[in-house]
Amino acid sequence: MATQLLASLVDGLLIGFVYGVAAMGLTLIWGVMRVINLAHGAIMALGMFGLYFLFTGLGLNPYLALPLVAVAGLLSGILMYTLAVQRVINAPYLSTLLATFSVNMMLIGVGTAVYSTSPYNVDFGLGSLALGPLTLPYSRLVAAGVAVGVAGALYFFLYRTAPGKAIRAVANNRSAAELMGIPSNRVLALSFGLGVMLAAVAGGLIATFFPFTILSGNAYQLNSFVISVLGGLGNPLGALIGGLILGLLEGLVSVFLPVNWTPVIEFGLFVLILLVRPSGLFGARR
Amino acid sequence: MSRKLSSLLSLLAIASLLAACAAPATPTTAPATQPPAATAEEPQATVPAPKTLVIGFTASQTGSQNVASTGQLKGLQLWMQQVNDAGGIKLADGTLLTFEAKFYDDESNKDRVQELYTKLSTEDNADYLISPYSSGLADAAAVIAEQYGKIMITTGAASEGTYQKGYTLVYQAYTAAGHYLTGAADLLASLDPSAKKIAIVHENDKFSTDVCNALKAYAESQGYEVVLFEGYDTGATDFAPFINKIVAAAPDAIMGGGHFADGSTFAKQLFDKGVQAKFISLLVAPPEPKFAELGDAAFGIVGPSQWEPLVGYSPEAAQAAGVEFYGLTVAEFVSAYKAAYDADPSYHGAGGYAAGLILQRAIEAAGSYETDKVSAALDAIDMMSFFGRTKFDTSAENHGLQIAHDMVYVQWQTDAAGALVKQVVWPEAGKSADTLYPLH
Amino acid sequence: MTLRTLRQPGLWLTLGILAVIGVLAPATGSAALRETMFTQLMFIAFASSLNLMLGYTGYVSFGHIVFFGLGGYVGFYLLSAQHWPLAAAVVGGGLAAALLAMLLGLSILRLRGAYFALATIGINEAVRAFINNFEPFGGPTGMSLNFSVYKQYGGAAQALWITYYSVLALTVAVVLLSFFIKHSKAGLGLISIREDEDAAMVMGVNAPLAKTRAFVLSAIVPGMIGALFFFKNGNIEPADAFRLPLSIEMIVMVMLGGQGTVLGPMLGAATYQQLRIYLLTSPTFKELQLVFAGLSLLIIILFIPGGVVGWLRARLPRLRGVLE
Repeated sequence: MATQLLASLVDGLLIGFVYGVAAMGLTLIWGVMRVINLAHGAIMALGMFGLYFLFTGLGLNPYLALPLVAVAGLLSGILMYTLAVQRVINAPYLSTLLATFSVNMMLIGVGTAVYSTSPYNVDFGLGSLALGPLTLPYSRLVAAGVAVGVAGALYFFLYRTAPGKAIRAVANNRSAAELMGIPSNRVLALSFGLGVMLAAVAGGLIATFFPFTILSGNAYQLNSFVISVLGGLGNPLGALIGGLILGLLEGLVSVFLPVNWTPVIEFGLFVLILLVRPSGLFGARR
Repeated sequence: MSRKLSSLLSLLAIASLLAACAAPATPTTAPATQPPAATAEEPQATVPAPKTLVIGFTASQTGSQNVASTGQLKGLQLWMQQVNDAGGIKLADGTLLTFEAKFYDDESNKDRVQELYTKLSTEDNADYLISPYSSGLADAAAVIAEQYGKIMITTGAASEGTYQKGYTLVYQAYTAAGHYLTGAADLLASLDPSAKKIAIVHENDKFSTDVCNALKAYAESQGYEVVLFEGYDTGATDFAPFINKIVAAAPDAIMGGGHFADGSTFAKQLFDKGVQAKFISLLVAPPEPKFAELGDAAFGIVGPSQWEPLVGYSPEAAQAAGVEFYGLTVAEFVSAYKAAYDADPSYHGAGGYAAGLILQRAIEAAGSYETDKVSAALDAIDMMSFFGRTKFDTSAENHGLQIAHDMVYVQWQTDAAGALVKQVVWPEAGKSADTLYPLH
Repeated sequence: MTLRTLRQPGLWLTLGILAVIGVLAPATGSAALRETMFTQLMFIAFASSLNLMLGYTGYVSFGHIVFFGLGGYVGFYLLSAQHWPLAAAVVGGGLAAALLAMLLGLSILRLRGAYFALATIGINEAVRAFINNFEPFGGPTGMSLNFSVYKQYGGAAQALWITYYSVLALTVAVVLLSFFIKHSKAGLGLISIREDEDAAMVMGVNAPLAKTRAFVLSAIVPGMIGALFFFKNGNIEPADAFRLPLSIEMIVMVMLGGQGTVLGPMLGAATYQQLRIYLLTSPTFKELQLVFAGLSLLIIILFIPGGVVGWLRARLPRLRGVLE
């Protein structure tokens, strides 16, 4: 029992880091511009496909292909903002919700037309690490490591660089930031790009150890919602910790209950948090 | 008032136009890639006109059931091509029957299946229907077939539940699900009577659930202890929680799985996690040639199969069993399939071909293509073909259930050169190699 | 609702269109046409019921399909396991959906804006995951009908026509309902909530009660239609009953046609369904349905948030009386 619990918790923790990176993307966009990016899942799926094609087409090592996926994510995010979101940024929330949602539909539609819903697999095995009673696949360890690195890089960017500070200023008070000379529109585009980039990177990481289809992003999007609300919408650190909590919870639940009860518990918790403490565990940006 | 009235009238006109457009246009595409139908034969004044029978079905050309469904489609198309090339079926009164396929992509999606089969039955005027691949989809299609009074031969569908619903026109070509893994339990018993603990992890769909429920009941009746019995959702990709539970339960054997995609992923993750089981038997995935792409992860995995190229069904075996042998031999099927598709047939392909073959036999026996006569002929069939024996249950409770076909079991082993090959390891009478046991 | 309401030309236009759509299948007696019209009417009913929340009250529900699914499950269970007659099972399905809406109304309708939208998604997934594990409802493999059940209604062919007429009746009911609500004081209350909820409350609108009422009303018809749909299909599984993409398509239909109007959801549903039928069997374009839907939704959001009917009303003020 103890080994099983330990193994489950460690598995959950490792994948929790990756969930956290995905959720950070979602929560960053909300924190800066009060927009819920409903194309989050589609972008994660595209990140998976991007990695797959770089791996099979160009023969690149997946971990070397990740930065390329990240750059592609950043650029697509900026593009998406400019085309779909910019015009309705100041409109009621319904408009931005539906705008990002329509982008989601288009991405899934094109993706399904091109790739169909057949499963794809990045055939990449690194072997496993035997650590006492646990066997940990290296790919998951590396993914967790990369996730921590990405989170650290994001933190550094937001707190130590000028563009990062500009983003935080716009998130805090857009009009005041504009009065201080910050080009808010460009900053908004950049932050949207960052959020999308994080989603793409998370997708790419997941592709290194799970098979996927164009629709896989859906489940992770729901996950990201739960995590973001858990950690507090708008709080990137909260999202990372929320990811860990969710991963640990998944590991814990599966030991004592049939594994299929995990989604019930997850979504039950989600609705509960929304009702009882919508600002999440670490406080949201309202 | 008149202006309002005229604008109202014009709007009503537009509205009626819109509603008229609501009537569907004639079906646009017919993406059937059917082989050329045999041309009508030499004219004789008394010979009735040749008739082309439409066989309607859907195939999962995309989606999760893609791999197996494509094999099934190829088998069915091969049958149709061979029948048409041979000139079709000639009835007693001289009518020549040829076949035409009409099919759509169901995307492995149940909603589409029901819509598309309704379309096939009503707009496309299919004479007979073949099921899609997989029990879940076939079950959805069977309702439609029965609702519109069309005979459906199901293939690629093993779940018994479909035949317990009071249908009269649905017939099963595959061995029923209940027999899939019971043979694996027998095999394990013959290899190692001391192995007592089995862990069962299966996909939560009709087929796999039926198989594993039957396995659990059988195993417990044979004195096994089922230490784990859990299902995973269709489309699951993370088996780590299940594998952790398996490791904690320390079974001798692991059985279960579901369809190709999840079965392969499960096998791969079992290997990655270094699970030390002595015997692993999974559904659907191991008999597929594509399973070998897993490399080391595929080694030693046992799988139940509806048919293998090495089976011993032949005219001699039929004679020994006291039934007729119909259709081409195993060797002829394998070579025809290879010639047509440049690949070895899996049991899905064989099942596809067999579905057509069964229908052909019934039409010939009935001497007619009318539904009620053909269905009476199907009820009476008791034959052996390259695919194995075929006989249907005709009781009201289980009408259409397959009661004569048997499963064989394969295991992936390495040959002298170190490459992965499939060997038939059970039943004893027909095996091509001994089972490798224990795996760890 | 006064007699004046009955004289609105918009009401008769809407009913006229519905009558034309509804009578096509019985007039030709074609089963294929009936199937198409069934789906068409179903979508119109969904879109109109969603409009009550989305259009009138301004609350985006991304999980509206949960009512269809739950109603379908309860109705199917009553029909197959408890052997209730179809009519009773359908009403049971509707009531179950209404009950869920009422419970939700008491809890998540307190949330505003995006939080509410997220909560509806969470509810849909939670209900689906729960039913997935709920053995009396068949768990993951769902339930199916014994074919003999159709005999009680005169055979399968007859039963299919009965379901068609029932759906037609339900669709007419929900469209009429949405029309009368719009012209009533209650509807005015809902619209004021959409515009500014706090101001509405200050003006004396009992917002929580009004919202819950609207939510319950918007849930009943999808619930009943769910029971009919799965009766027709003969089987039900969690994955079919709670398909999130269908929820989404409902939103597209409402926005496309024009939220907050009566004609809008109908037009949106009709257009969307036509496209879907065309693309269903076309091998190249089957997925482009989603792309088209997404693109049109985006264009509508960016440039004509009122949808087609909203745009028409803005451009042709004289027709406002007709284009409700």
